[in-house]
Amino acid sequence: MSDTNSDAGADGPLGGLFDGLSRRSSDLLLVFGALFAIYALFTIFVFGQGINSVVSTLRFLTFLILVYGMLALALNLHWGYTGLFNIGVAGFMAVGVYTMAMLSGDPAGSPPGLGLPVPIGIIGGMVAAALVGLVAALPALRLKADYLAIVTLGLSEIIRLTYNSEAFNQWIQGATSTITSRVGFLPDGGAGTGAGSGIQVPSPAGPVRTLFFEGGRAGNPTPLGDAVFAVTDPIGIQQNVVVEWAYVLVLAVVLLGFYWLLSRIGNSPFGRVLKSIREDELVASSLGKHVEIFKVKVFMLGCALMGLAGILWQGSFGFVSPNDFMPVVTFYIFVAVIIGGSGSNTGSIIGSILFVGLLFEGPRRALGALGNRVDFGRAPNSFGDAVAPILSGDITPFFAYAVANRSALVFVLLGTVLIIIIQTRPDGALGGRNEPAAAVDLSTRPEKQPTTATDGGENQ
Amino acid sequence: MGVTESRRLDRHTIREQAPLILVGVFGALLLVDLLFRLAGVEIALTANRSFGGSLSAQRFGGMLWNGIVIGLIIGLAGIGLSMTYSILSFANFSHGDLLTSGAFAGWAASYVVAGFGVVSVGELLFVRAGGGAPFADEIGASIVQAPLSILVGMVVAAGVTILLALAIDRIVYKPMRGRGGISLLIASIGVALALRYIIQFMFGASNRGVVDTTDVRVDIAGLSVNLHEVTLVVAAVALMLGMHFMLQRTKLGKAMRAMADNQDLALVTGIPTERIVQATWVIGGGLAGVAGYLVVLDRGTIGFNLGWFLLLLIFAAVILGGIGSIYGAIAGGLLIGITYSVSLVWIPSDFNEAAAFALMILVLLLRPEGIFSGVSTA
Repeated sequence: MSDTNSDAGADGPLGGLFDGLSRRSSDLLLVFGALFAIYALFTIFVFGQGINSVVSTLRFLTFLILVYGMLALALNLHWGYTGLFNIGVAGFMAVGVYTMAMLSGDPAGSPPGLGLPVPIGIIGGMVAAALVGLVAALPALRLKADYLAIVTLGLSEIIRLTYNSEAFNQWIQGATSTITSRVGFLPDGGAGTGAGSGIQVPSPAGPVRTLFFEGGRAGNPTPLGDAVFAVTDPIGIQQNVVVEWAYVLVLAVVLLGFYWLLSRIGNSPFGRVLKSIREDELVASSLGKHVEIFKVKVFMLGCALMGLAGILWQGSFGFVSPNDFMPVVTFYIFVAVIIGGSGSNTGSIIGSILFVGLLFEGPRRALGALGNRVDFGRAPNSFGDAVAPILSGDITPFFAYAVANRSALVFVLLGTVLIIIIQTRPDGALGGRNEPAAAVDLSTRPEKQPTTATDGGENQ
Repeated sequence: MGVTESRRLDRHTIREQAPLILVGVFGALLLVDLLFRLAGVEIALTANRSFGGSLSAQRFGGMLWNGIVIGLIIGLAGIGLSMTYSILSFANFSHGDLLTSGAFAGWAASYVVAGFGVVSVGELLFVRAGGGAPFADEIGASIVQAPLSILVGMVVAAGVTILLALAIDRIVYKPMRGRGGISLLIASIGVALALRYIIQFMFGASNRGVVDTTDVRVDIAGLSVNLHEVTLVVAAVALMLGMHFMLQRTKLGKAMRAMADNQDLALVTGIPTERIVQATWVIGGGLAGVAGYLVVLDRGTIGFNLGWFLLLLIFAAVILGGIGSIYGAIAGGLLIGITYSVSLVWIPSDFNEAAAFALMILVLLLRPEGIFSGVSTA
């Protein structure tokens, strides 16, 4: 939490590192420290492949960190602040992306879209995600936490199966076209989901690209593009990488916006009610707070943010299919929040950095780099062929197999880390910090000389 | 005064029950529609909508039988999930992957028995990991060609899954006893991920056919019967009956019911809770393993995602029947299975899984205690 008026050092296992600094500067140090450590690590992986490769790898890494950071912050609002155990994040992302794609898609495309401007599509996607959140929240929030988990997981699967359904695609196309054919400025074809074959998304990165290229076409730079490329071309950084970095910077600004918004919410009276709901629902409602209304509001807000993050993440690839929204995506985000410590916004960002760097991309790249530099020979086709030579003392086939199947090992590592964290450090790296509930910091109260025996005289 | 009091109560209960009544009316409409369809009566409502229609009794019978077969597997797997949910008080998200573990262990054993001498044991153990030769019908693991292999497979599936479940409990859940349900739930997600991808690492990512289906379909009394489905039904029903007698007649069963009912009271009475927890994993794990094995016998294919994809359906069954009730889990499983299969009468085939999930959410919202509420024991 960004705490404006506390000079006390941060708590938590990592927080004590910077005693004496204000919490905000120690948070910044932690975030950038972690980020640059991960950068250094990845630079080693691709070192020697040229500067363009390094810059492009770091771009991809930063991109993932930023989108996971956004989603982790949104989930932290649900789970960390309010205690709503939502494991349907992928579903709400899907609603955001699909609605945006249907609103802003090309009317001549397959499936057709409505051809509205991208910003309207983005807002529409957020509103749709919030509305689905409302539908989920109204009845489900009365449930116990583990039931809510199952309901949200079920809902996200229903959403995914719906977008995957050809029958739904036909139906929504028909239904929207009957509406749009009566509205003058909309194309008559309606909008479809594309079912299992996916849908083209007008990329939110497109406008960023037009800053550098006239009409977004490569080889036709704008004055700004000319100026930037004049610096980057001689170093050997490709123009595409520069444009992609620009989009990453936009995402960084959005992430800051998320952080600012959630910090404001967390420190507001509204946020204090949320925390009280998390700690004890009964107390909050006994104090006259409409717990359910607070929950619905916060659920909708979080879902809208998840929709936006989904658009900025999956939407920027220009194409999505229902398989991009498997439940496992939700678990990634959970791991990021848990690593950082639920309830802490800074923790969510640090959790995303550590998750992407050390768990998600790191091991994959490390094993890949290992496989590139050391020749293990051809990887055996099956685990049996990989294990059998170990008996005769030859472990290289096993290593070759492990490198070839590293994506599975990354998941095993992910699961194991999740278990270890929840067993030994359930509060995460930055969780369990004291959150000042009062506007004035009460922890640094000046020592008072006891003049009267207010405590019943026990100290005298 | 007594009259006004009771009338107010009535109005209150009516408001409470309104959604339930609505769902009941909707269900009754669907039932009437189904009967009309079976009778071949069609009443036109609007231009392209009608009530009733036609559905041959044979097709409906096939759907119902399919639903029962799926439902029995889900119910069998649900028993274990329901028991761990009530005795250890957490939703175990790794239960589906116990099914997968059982399936692979069991089919590896079946392959070794059925294909011994045909192909090398090393290749048999990994259940056609490559997806190429030898093909399923060369190995001949089926109830017709090698009934012994199927039996051995089932026993091994149960045994390996029991050992696995006990090991996981010892390593992961035992240090966390007494922690909140959400912590355990998160840990179980970790277990699910690790387990699933260890299986993928060992057995490969491909979804491949493993069951030999030659001559499995036979005609009995004019009905075409799949002997593998018959095996499945017989095995599942036998195990369910066994569970029933275990819980009602043995001391262990009584202790388990006591634990599920009130853990503190059970402890005070001198029931060794830690031993009961182990027994829960033994039974839950064993049944999950067999259920996983039987799913493959029914479908003919095996893949590392198999249990994970079934998990939500199993949860749906357990919630439908009321958590903690094994009879509820069985009934819930059948209901989910039949919904999954019979809902195809009304909705397109890519929606039937969503229909089962929707049924689960509906029950959670209207009757979170399950359809058979009050039967929290056994």
